[in-house]
Amino acid sequence: MKDSIIRALKFIGLGFLEPLIRLINKEEPTKNTKEVFRKIIAPVASVFIFVGLWQLGSTALYNIEAEYKIEATLKSQGEAEAQKIKECMESGDPGCQPNTLPSPSQVYASYLTLLEDHRTIAADKKAFKEKTFEMNKKRVKQGKSVITYTGRPSFVDQIKTSLKTVFAGFLLALFIAVPIGVVIGLSSTLRGSISWIIQIFKPVSPVVWLLLVFMIVKTLTKNSEGDSAFIISFISVGLCSMWATLVNTAMGVSSVNTDYINVAKVLRLRPLQKIFKVILPASLPLIFTGLRITLSVAWMVLIAIELLAQSPGLGSFVWEEFQNGAMDSNSKIIVAMFVIGMIGFALDRIMLFIQNLISFEKETI
Amino acid sequence: MAILELKNVFKTYNPAKEYKGEILDNINLTIEEGEFVAIVGFSGSGKTTLVNLVNGLLKPTEGEVIFKGKPVEDTSHERGVIFQNYSLLPWLTVYQNIDMAIQEAFPKASKQEKDVRVKEYIEMVGLTHATNKRPKELSGGMRQRVSVARALCMDPEMIIMDEPLGALDALTRGNLQDEILKIWERNKRTALLITNDVDEAMYMADRIIPLKPGPNATLGPEFRVNIERPRDKTALNDNEEYKKTRLKIIEYLMDLGDAQAAESTATYELPELQPKDFRWDAN
Repeated sequence: MKDSIIRALKFIGLGFLEPLIRLINKEEPTKNTKEVFRKIIAPVASVFIFVGLWQLGSTALYNIEAEYKIEATLKSQGEAEAQKIKECMESGDPGCQPNTLPSPSQVYASYLTLLEDHRTIAADKKAFKEKTFEMNKKRVKQGKSVITYTGRPSFVDQIKTSLKTVFAGFLLALFIAVPIGVVIGLSSTLRGSISWIIQIFKPVSPVVWLLLVFMIVKTLTKNSEGDSAFIISFISVGLCSMWATLVNTAMGVSSVNTDYINVAKVLRLRPLQKIFKVILPASLPLIFTGLRITLSVAWMVLIAIELLAQSPGLGSFVWEEFQNGAMDSNSKIIVAMFVIGMIGFALDRIMLFIQNLISFEKETI
Repeated sequence: MAILELKNVFKTYNPAKEYKGEILDNINLTIEEGEFVAIVGFSGSGKTTLVNLVNGLLKPTEGEVIFKGKPVEDTSHERGVIFQNYSLLPWLTVYQNIDMAIQEAFPKASKQEKDVRVKEYIEMVGLTHATNKRPKELSGGMRQRVSVARALCMDPEMIIMDEPLGALDALTRGNLQDEILKIWERNKRTALLITNDVDEAMYMADRIIPLKPGPNATLGPEFRVNIERPRDKTALNDNEEYKKTRLKIIEYLMDLGDAQAAESTATYELPELQPKDFRWDAN
């Protein structure tokens, strides 16, 4: 029972809980207490220290900004106004807070606001669907287009859109980079001939890719009614992030252990057999390393691309909040930052999980 | 009839540099059908290069390798190879590793025939209980057994063994020697064994040929082992013929080793030099 729990935890990347479970089972208490401290308590403590430092930093920034604001009011509008603003700040009224780095508690409050906002919008959406359900049925019968909800997307909706875009981009990268990587890995001539192109395009910024894709997709989708913002952003994400997979696949395929190649030769495997039974399995670890990098790069550039392509998602959420300048905008941006980070971390874990599932080397990093 | 012939084989890995860094030089070897030949040599003497020339992974720079009257151009199912480091594919199970060889060697056989054959060879090397295990879960001896089964299941006319037991402990080694001999005697395939162990060569082979150490490695004079098969390991130690031949081979190899050692420890007379501005007697 205990062992199977530990194995399951390790499998899903929660191996750090192992000593805690052993400790609960009263196994080697001294050793496991130390391990619990090292693997669980110390990391948790470091998170608290981080939050504490953040609190101190934001308080310091708040004070500087507040002082400046009062001084400025004093100069322009006189003592009475300055006193008013000071009182207003001390009362905690959000309307007159200085605009600076929000504190952890403000961010947490914003997080709750965003969740509440999501609930309201979701309920609204549901009500709308119920209301239009019958009507839509009729409209479909009459051959008219369906009425859809066009209200503001909630934060959670934005996350979903971003995930959709990043997966589309990731799949695009996968389907382009792996086959090309295998082909150029197999042929040193092709590898040589394409390497310049790869070297030149690899460091190009996501922004430039976006513009390039925009130029092409704009022309191609002129007459169709597709969601061109989505198409542009996912293609750009794919193109930005595929290079790691391409280079890793080519390297993996071209550097397969000569022992395996000799076996393939001695057994006289046919070319396709050789690729699928020897070369691809042997280079799988490197291909997966490439895919993991690709997914994390895709998630990273996605935000920038959404921001510029004005396609819905976390990127545009951040940008809109920044432009909006409402009193809790700053803390909402920080909430988005944490969400982006955590989703990125989760995506990497998922990739690692899949890698462990299919890899013959069975190792965790 | 000679099944394999090496005529004046010369091999270098960088032919551009006017034959510097030669590995093998002037190799002449004839192996008769059904014969068990062992080549004994020090490590680094070019044994693996010789094996790869015979199995077709490498081509000689000069000279010819002739198998059944035709020059060796490429690898072939007629020559099965057992590699020193087993070279099993780690992502395949024992069954799949052997199945892969059979799929290629007998593409026309029915699924069932192939399956029977795979299982037959797994049984032959005594690994039925490990059919669905991956190489990582097997011991070194078991891995080499899989490798033996993989080479033999293609029904080769000649088995080429490149230090097959070199990485195994003494006990496993003895067992596997017996097993390989048993399989060999069953249908008298031609066998070429490369080894660095004189006793192993004496126990298994009909003929032993030392490989003089490289660079410019070449074959030495052959020694015949005229001992009746099946040979008994314990009785061998008292066999006069065995003792005599073994001594001869070892003496020959020792001489080679001494000659090489003498060459490398040749003393050079150094000129007596001192830096101008640095003297021990600082006065």
